[in-house]
Amino acid sequence: MSGLIIEGVTKKFGTLTAVEDVNLEFTAGEMICFLGPSGCGKTTLLRMIAGLEEPTDGAIRFDGRDLTNVPVHKRDIGMVFQSFALFPHLSVGENITYSMRIRGHSRSEREARAKELLDMMRLPGVEDRSISQLSGGQRQRVAIARALALNPQIFLLDEPMSALDANLREAMQIELRKLQQELGITTVVVTHDQTEAMTMADEIVVMGRARVLQSGSPMDIYKKPVDKFVAGFIGTSNLFPATMAAPDRVRVGDAELSVANRAGDFATGEDVLLMTRPEEVFVRPASAERPANAVEGRVSFVRDIGATIEILVDCGGHEVISVLTPKDWPDVATGDAVTVEMPASACSVLAA
Amino acid sequence: MTLLRRLYLALFAIYLLGPIVVITAVSFNAKRFLAFPPRGFSFRWYAEIFVANDWFASLMNSLIIALCSASLSVLIAMPVAYSAWRFGLRYAKALFAFGVAPFILPPVIMALGFLLLYTSVGINGLMINVIIAHAIFLLALPLVTISLGLESVDRSLIEAGQTMGASGWVVFRTVILPIAAPFAFAGFAFAFVLSLNEYIIALMTVGFTVETLPVKIFNALRYGYTPVIASIAVVFLLVNITVFSLIARFSNLPRILGAQD
Amino acid sequence: MNGQGGTLGRVLDLVPSSVMIGVFFVVPFVLILLTSFSVETETGDYALGFSLAHFERFATWFYIERALFSAGLCALIALLSLLIAFPFTYLLTRFGPRTQTLWLIYILAQLSLSEVLIAFSWQILLSRTGGVANILVWVGLAEKSFAMAPSAGAVLAALVYLAVPFSVLLLYPAISRMDKALTEASRTLGASPLRSFFTVVIPVTRPAIISSGVTIFVLTLGAIIVPQVLGKPEHWTLSVLITDQAIFNFNMPFASALAVVLLIISASVIFAVSKFGGGRRT
Repeated sequence: MSGLIIEGVTKKFGTLTAVEDVNLEFTAGEMICFLGPSGCGKTTLLRMIAGLEEPTDGAIRFDGRDLTNVPVHKRDIGMVFQSFALFPHLSVGENITYSMRIRGHSRSEREARAKELLDMMRLPGVEDRSISQLSGGQRQRVAIARALALNPQIFLLDEPMSALDANLREAMQIELRKLQQELGITTVVVTHDQTEAMTMADEIVVMGRARVLQSGSPMDIYKKPVDKFVAGFIGTSNLFPATMAAPDRVRVGDAELSVANRAGDFATGEDVLLMTRPEEVFVRPASAERPANAVEGRVSFVRDIGATIEILVDCGGHEVISVLTPKDWPDVATGDAVTVEMPASACSVLAA
Repeated sequence: MTLLRRLYLALFAIYLLGPIVVITAVSFNAKRFLAFPPRGFSFRWYAEIFVANDWFASLMNSLIIALCSASLSVLIAMPVAYSAWRFGLRYAKALFAFGVAPFILPPVIMALGFLLLYTSVGINGLMINVIIAHAIFLLALPLVTISLGLESVDRSLIEAGQTMGASGWVVFRTVILPIAAPFAFAGFAFAFVLSLNEYIIALMTVGFTVETLPVKIFNALRYGYTPVIASIAVVFLLVNITVFSLIARFSNLPRILGAQD
Repeated sequence: MNGQGGTLGRVLDLVPSSVMIGVFFVVPFVLILLTSFSVETETGDYALGFSLAHFERFATWFYIERALFSAGLCALIALLSLLIAFPFTYLLTRFGPRTQTLWLIYILAQLSLSEVLIAFSWQILLSRTGGVANILVWVGLAEKSFAMAPSAGAVLAALVYLAVPFSVLLLYPAISRMDKALTEASRTLGASPLRSFFTVVIPVTRPAIISSGVTIFVLTLGAIIVPQVLGKPEHWTLSVLITDQAIFNFNMPFASALAVVLLIISASVIFAVSKFGGGRRT
């Protein structure tokens, strides 16, 4: 396989295990997001791919080549740091062509490349400016341009959006994703922001407590999280304590519901959690015809924010959120008795 | 309140600048005897510094000693500050503490120590003696400024350099040195100025063979008023101001002096 | 600079600096100690040994009085220079960055000025024909001009003048780092500017004030020229006596013993204040 392979990688700092036995394989040209809360080991894993940290155990390969013992400056990578780490003593142009200078490219070659990259990043003509004259967003573009100057094989970004304003972030996420697809470069992004990961990634790796909890396509992880940690980390989820009633059915309070996802992993009689996503559950007035897969409840709050309407329903002590578009509006008010429909295809079973 | 503040600032400025104004005025005195307000106006006492052989020789001695000792001081300080910062070596940190100590103690103690050292090995009165003595005595200055400079190098800059193909020595040359250099220069300049003005160590190490300007001035003071001293004081003050302005121009003076950015 | 080498390489880089610091700082120190305990030989020279004779000579009223005078004088100077410098430093940190830098340049320039030159300028200032006395006559406070030096007052005035720029620079970090919102908060709580200065600024910077005081104390203990030029022999401090013994009496053992005493005074003041005075908080 020609992509990026992480094989049994473990990293210990003294007695602390930062990354434990991580095994991952990615196709070349993919965009991969390491997602997780702070301290989960995602940055350490990225730094091991960069060569800034040495794995305690395991190997990292790219394109069939073992990189584990290759020092960082010989790895052919481009990295964007969380703080951007732009050299304050160099101009924008000199920053961008630093790697070319190290490798002895001629001045004219460097100038041409700096111009080309700045055009690509839509920052033309700023070569001679000093870093302190740039805004946060411009600095990020320069940092990206600098990392890409020598067309590296692997492009690494450590929390690249954290230094930007919220409104700039979304635009840059889309821009970065487009750029990556255009260049077809294998890219690894570390982030704690699930929207960022969902926006950009081909493949998301959810990490927690030094381990990989789940990896897969964004939709896969969103629809079929392996446990309640992943479910809670990616998107909002409704969780009900439940018991397996049959191989594909669970009992929630008095109601029994069919479940389409992951039910086979659990034995009948086992205590589990039933998970649904807010946009896949529907609220109907109690007076309407009762749908098949449903539980009873009472509306506790309605939050109308124009584009969507969120209905909070109290179902026997458990709160369910339903997010609807105005055209599905069931016309209910706080205090109304309702039925909450959870179609089998929207239901997943998680370990309790 | 504003009035009180203005009054205080005015008094402070008068107190600080008063003696300097008087000495400047006196330096332009046309007469050989001391008079303030000055009688007449002339540059003769400035010319005297360069014309009178003995004064000029002392000036050159002082300049050579200051240049060499400041350079030596930076050379000694650089590896210590670098190892303490880059690798956190405990040994380097201990050396650092030893290097700062001479500057904190009353200088006469170090002066006596150098005197004992040089007489006990029998090497007396050479210019190199005072150069080394000053380099050690003033070592704290480049140590502290270089450390400040190194601390201003964000460690991710080093890593960024490495990811772009720079190895250890190249990172030092292309990233660390350019950022820390203004601070090393500041350390050099501080050491230079203080060496130029230093009296007791120069006296005790080479006072009878290589006369530095402060030593010569003191010797002259004992025999009553010498008008050249006033012009030398003004020249020294101007040299000091120039050097510190250069530091302010090329690195961050408030930061070196401990303010936060 | 050995960037990639192992610990050995890293330590090797430090060899030249270690040799310099070892030979020219540690050895001189040891020599002072050894010399202060040395014994006198028949030829009048001194040799390695253990004798308290030089310390016994110190333990006479003449020298103890000198030591007490030195310590008292320096303590007074530390107090006065802090009193003068603190308000200025506080105002300085409120100036714009440009004004601040200009003042700092001047303060540094004056601070670096040789003690010899400071002594000289005060000698002029306090002389009969030189300055202050003439001004007093002119204002009408004195009938005819007179010389104000040598005197204890002259020594004090010049040493305070020497210490003020140092005090400003020592206080500068703490005061400039002090959160400006603190004084603003006290103002919103009803304190007048002066009250907020005394109830907030001074207490918050107290550790810096104490450590600056100690530094000024040790610094002025080292003054050598001002007491000689502007004072009478009874105003000479320990540093002057050490120089006198070493250079003009060639009595190295006694000079060393005095240096040890000076070292002990400096060290114990630094130690006592850092232990009981709240220490540094930076």
